[in-house]
Amino acid sequence: MIPNILRVEKFIDVSAEKLHVEKDSVDLAKANQILLSNKPHIRVRNLNVHLTKNHILKNVNLDIPDKAITCIIGPSGCGKTTLLKTFNRLLQNSPEVKIDGEVLVDGENVHGKNANIEEIRKKMGLLSQRPCPLPMSIFDNVAYGPRIHGIRRKRTLKLIVEKYLTEVGLWDEVKDRLKSPASRLSIGQQQRLCLARGLAVKPEILLGDEATSALDPISGKKIEELFLKLRDQYSIVLVTHTLRQAKRIADYVIFMYLGEVIEAGPAAEVLNNPKQKLTQEYLSGNFS
Amino acid sequence: MKHRSIKKVEEGIFKGLMIIATLTIVISLFMIVVAIVKRGLPAMSWDMVSKIPSGGFYLGKEGGLLNAIIGSVYIVIGSVTLGLCSSLPIVLYLNLYLSEKSRLAQVTRLSFDVLFGIPSIVYGAFGFTLMVYLGLRSSLLAGILTVTILIIPILIRSIDEVMRRVPKEMKDAALSLGATKSEIIKPMLKQVVPGIITAVLLAVGRGIGDAASVLFTAGYTDSIPTSFSQPVATLPLAIFFQLSSPISEVQDRAYAAALILTFIVLLLSIFARIFSRKFSKNKI
Repeated sequence: MIPNILRVEKFIDVSAEKLHVEKDSVDLAKANQILLSNKPHIRVRNLNVHLTKNHILKNVNLDIPDKAITCIIGPSGCGKTTLLKTFNRLLQNSPEVKIDGEVLVDGENVHGKNANIEEIRKKMGLLSQRPCPLPMSIFDNVAYGPRIHGIRRKRTLKLIVEKYLTEVGLWDEVKDRLKSPASRLSIGQQQRLCLARGLAVKPEILLGDEATSALDPISGKKIEELFLKLRDQYSIVLVTHTLRQAKRIADYVIFMYLGEVIEAGPAAEVLNNPKQKLTQEYLSGNFS
Repeated sequence: MKHRSIKKVEEGIFKGLMIIATLTIVISLFMIVVAIVKRGLPAMSWDMVSKIPSGGFYLGKEGGLLNAIIGSVYIVIGSVTLGLCSSLPIVLYLNLYLSEKSRLAQVTRLSFDVLFGIPSIVYGAFGFTLMVYLGLRSSLLAGILTVTILIIPILIRSIDEVMRRVPKEMKDAALSLGATKSEIIKPMLKQVVPGIITAVLLAVGRGIGDAASVLFTAGYTDSIPTSFSQPVATLPLAIFFQLSSPISEVQDRAYAAALILTFIVLLLSIFARIFSRKFSKNKI
């Protein structure tokens, strides 16, 4: 068994290396250009988050570039997920949380008093660590979002479901069993279903909270490829534990440590020539 | 070696105690069933389940218990429906809008725990007071209302337990699609269907078998009610009245009534098991 697994890992790594090389040569200039020319999609200003007495996020200031993949890296417990959750205000489901500062999406403060939270959340697809299909059929999972936003016509729903399942490469695998429960799918398929479900409400931003860490290597790779395919249309923000993933797909990297943003910039710069000592140490594996 | 043999003896003693406890309980329950079957079966006849009592039924003459069977079924259907309608909103409110640590949620959960343990005669007395206050007479409606209050704590606490275990990620997933809190009720409910079935079963079991709560409120009658304002007979009360008769034939019929009640509960349990197995297959 073990040699087999090793072989798979190796295979993934090799292909990943290839990807990385390609990206390096072609995309570096383009990425820089994108990052500098486009105005940022999400702007975080003086964001502080307290959970009971713990200061989880400390004075975070960030710009998340438009139509690019941003990876948030850092050791466990550094506030990556918390930061992600402040973007679509899922954090406020717990009462002990205190949030100060601004998160501006298209200029609108997510944490403002008059913010229309449903509209803001609709703008952001979320992919969690474990795929979380709703307890209904494959079809209904994808149609759930459009339905709650008022699309009722069966024909339209069918078209939407087919479009987004095709987009995530799941249509051919499930087209004959759209009525069967989503929980019957394999975990990798479930994650792609969740992505399709998120895309079906036409978001502008995709948030991924370690979206590949619970998946097997092959499924993880498929999700990564999807992110690469989607980056021209969406601003993608990924929290990731694996540096290799950031190296493979990130255009922009944010390094966090103990609730602070230590370094942020184009992937090639942060990952290859980090300016901060902490980033250097993290990248060389001195702590994790 | 010595140490080892002590351990072995210890193990033996505890295992023995557990076996004794299990056997005592199982045997006593089994004896109840045997007593019911032994005395009830000879008194069972098609008439018992298909006819209402005629003139001299309580003196051992012709008739059956259809009035009590139908009455019990009416009361249980009515109160479970009403109970579900009032407990689901409460459970959803507790789980969707209140946080785990909110004072209101804690107080609510605690008070339902307490209500769970209150003897049913108290519910009966409360129902009676309520009836007098509202100017109702003992009737199907009053019986349904009282049994509803009796089973609401069971429904709420058991549905609440399963709903608390719905993964937070699932709620987040639905919310992040832009759903409002009321729009995620549907997936939440779908997720807990097996739990709701179990809760309903427990409630039916308690509601159908309870005599004290319907004693003052539902009354007793030999006919089958045709409206909510008429009194209604129930199986537990049929057992109670017939057992207190000096005539042994009538006493045997009480056991037959108990047999019918046991059978109804058994049937329901089997149905519910099949149901929840079917649903748990579709569960995540």
